[in-house]
Amino acid sequence: MRWFVLSMFFLFILLIFFISMNTGETPLSPNEIIYTLLGGGTSFQHLILFEFRLPRIVISLLVGAGLAVSGCILQGVSRNALADPGILGITTGSGLMVVLFLAFFPPELETPIYILPFLSLIGGIITAAVIYLLSYKKQEGILPIRLILTGIAVAAAISALMTVLSLRLPPQKYDVLAVWLAGRIWGSNWQHVISLLPWFIFIFPYVLYKSKVLNVLSFGDNLAIGLGVKVEKERLKLLLAAVGLAASCVSVSGGIGFIGLIGPHLARRLIGADHVFLLPAAAFAGAFLLILADTIGRSILQPAEIPAGIIVAIIGAPYFLYLLAKTDK
Amino acid sequence: MSKNEAELRHKSVQVSSRPITASIMITVGLGILAFVLALSVSVGAANIDLLTVWESIFHYNPNSTEHSIIHQIRIPRSVADIAVGASFAVAGSLMQGMTRNPLADSGLLGLNAGAIFMVALCFAFFPGISYNFLILFSFLGAGLSVALVYGIGSLSRKGVTPIRLVLAGSAVTALFTALSEGVSIYFNLSQDLAFWFAGGMAGVKWAQLKLVLPWIIAALVGALVISRSITVLSLGEEVATGLGQRTKSVKIAGAVIVFVLAGASVSVAGPIGFVGLVVPHITRFLVGVDYRWIIPCSAVLGGLLASLADIGARMINAPHETPIGAIFALVGVPFFLYVARKEGREMQ
Repeated sequence: MRWFVLSMFFLFILLIFFISMNTGETPLSPNEIIYTLLGGGTSFQHLILFEFRLPRIVISLLVGAGLAVSGCILQGVSRNALADPGILGITTGSGLMVVLFLAFFPPELETPIYILPFLSLIGGIITAAVIYLLSYKKQEGILPIRLILTGIAVAAAISALMTVLSLRLPPQKYDVLAVWLAGRIWGSNWQHVISLLPWFIFIFPYVLYKSKVLNVLSFGDNLAIGLGVKVEKERLKLLLAAVGLAASCVSVSGGIGFIGLIGPHLARRLIGADHVFLLPAAAFAGAFLLILADTIGRSILQPAEIPAGIIVAIIGAPYFLYLLAKTDK
Repeated sequence: MSKNEAELRHKSVQVSSRPITASIMITVGLGILAFVLALSVSVGAANIDLLTVWESIFHYNPNSTEHSIIHQIRIPRSVADIAVGASFAVAGSLMQGMTRNPLADSGLLGLNAGAIFMVALCFAFFPGISYNFLILFSFLGAGLSVALVYGIGSLSRKGVTPIRLVLAGSAVTALFTALSEGVSIYFNLSQDLAFWFAGGMAGVKWAQLKLVLPWIIAALVGALVISRSITVLSLGEEVATGLGQRTKSVKIAGAVIVFVLAGASVSVAGPIGFVGLVVPHITRFLVGVDYRWIIPCSAVLGGLLASLADIGARMINAPHETPIGAIFALVGVPFFLYVARKEGREMQ
């Protein structure tokens, strides 16, 4: 059953993958795509497919998967159904660093893309720490709902700060900020993919390796301690992994919220709460959702496009409201 | 039914108010407001000294550029500052009083985003619609958000709690903002709507004010009229019913006033949050919990704060304008966190 769900996800992703390659100003038929992928095709088709469409598709797959896994970890660690790196404000903190860097880095020098994920990580860690400290209370620890509330408030303050800072920017740099805020997938070449990959190669297996710990943690602290898990230490490691994934994703895409919320929930519905399967399923679900949103956004009104973040929010916000009505804590 | 709640009820039944502090606050506030108003008219891309401001009002000379700047741009803007600040603040205090929700604010509960969504729809489907209808749709949008937020907040078995409402409000804001952005991209209205997304009083004109001010003034007077009932309602629904109040009609009247205030302000200034959160808290701290005093004091303080913030918006990064909404968010968020923390236990 589980393998069936995973393979269904894979098939769906493959389907949209082809539709997405087909979508754009110059339509390519499925035959042409396959032919070009296998090495044939005109040089023009080659250019469109390999230099424009494929990198973007790969990036949206990676970003969707990364954000969903990050959300899945956050939900497991905080036992909070509403956790998501976007809603919690972690991605906004990362985005601030990215925007600051892009804005103030002298344009004469070629921007070293590989630095972005690191800066983004610093921003994410600082934000996560601030949110954690602000929502911590001595008697009660961290109440899930207060964590979300603090996250939303901190995110509001950071975006206000971005807006104020942005006014000091020349117009062409201001666009960087506008694109980020709208949640557009702006990383669009292989360099961006390469800058993203190492993070995934290291963090994904690590998180999968820790999936049993994540299972235990989601039962509650007392039980976890009883089973011999060093709760605080493990929680910190997993949180760091979640922030790392979200931060690296944000360094090539805009502030996309709600993927980290819907992806894991969809996966949990289909595959159950065991993180050994839940994590890969969440990754598939997130990748599927984001590539779908990006394809829809690109095809509704060509040649202009609606940023994927907007499409995701239109689907994700009602789902958040539904969860909110359902949860009791 | 913890000790806390009993304590809270005990505290709020003795309606403590400080009429003298309140009267002083209103008089002094109005005095400062007059001064700030003059300052606000004189500060800007071209600084105009106060003497010229005085002259332009009492000896208007149509040939002077400075005089026409003052009349066409500065005065409407300063009047809008006061009207919008007062509206958001009074809307906030009404909401906080009626629902006993310390985190109520038209921005936080999604009213502003709802109003903008409706404005966006108007631009998309009825281009060239008159400003009057735009305002009406703006009211509708604010009402739609309230219905959504409270509807969803009350669906849960534990009922409406302040934090749940804020969370629902933020999701409704995210949804309506995304929808408005989608509409603006789809119908190619980004230019027309950019102003409403960012917010600010920079482009306010007399023609606009003439249509909006009557609504705002009527709603402010309405708020004063029902202020006594709001005080009773703020003691809790059971107490209010026990004292023989028809809570339903008061709530409906209050809600309509809130829609009008929020919708009208958004149609002038765009989404400005946190004014409605911060001002009522400060006012309650100063004058006690009687809404007959809280509402006029909030109006004065709200107008004052918005005027000051707008002067700041022009000066921080002159000659560029800093969005006033961002300034309020930077000030308001720490305040919000403080309130959420302090009163956190009662709100869960």
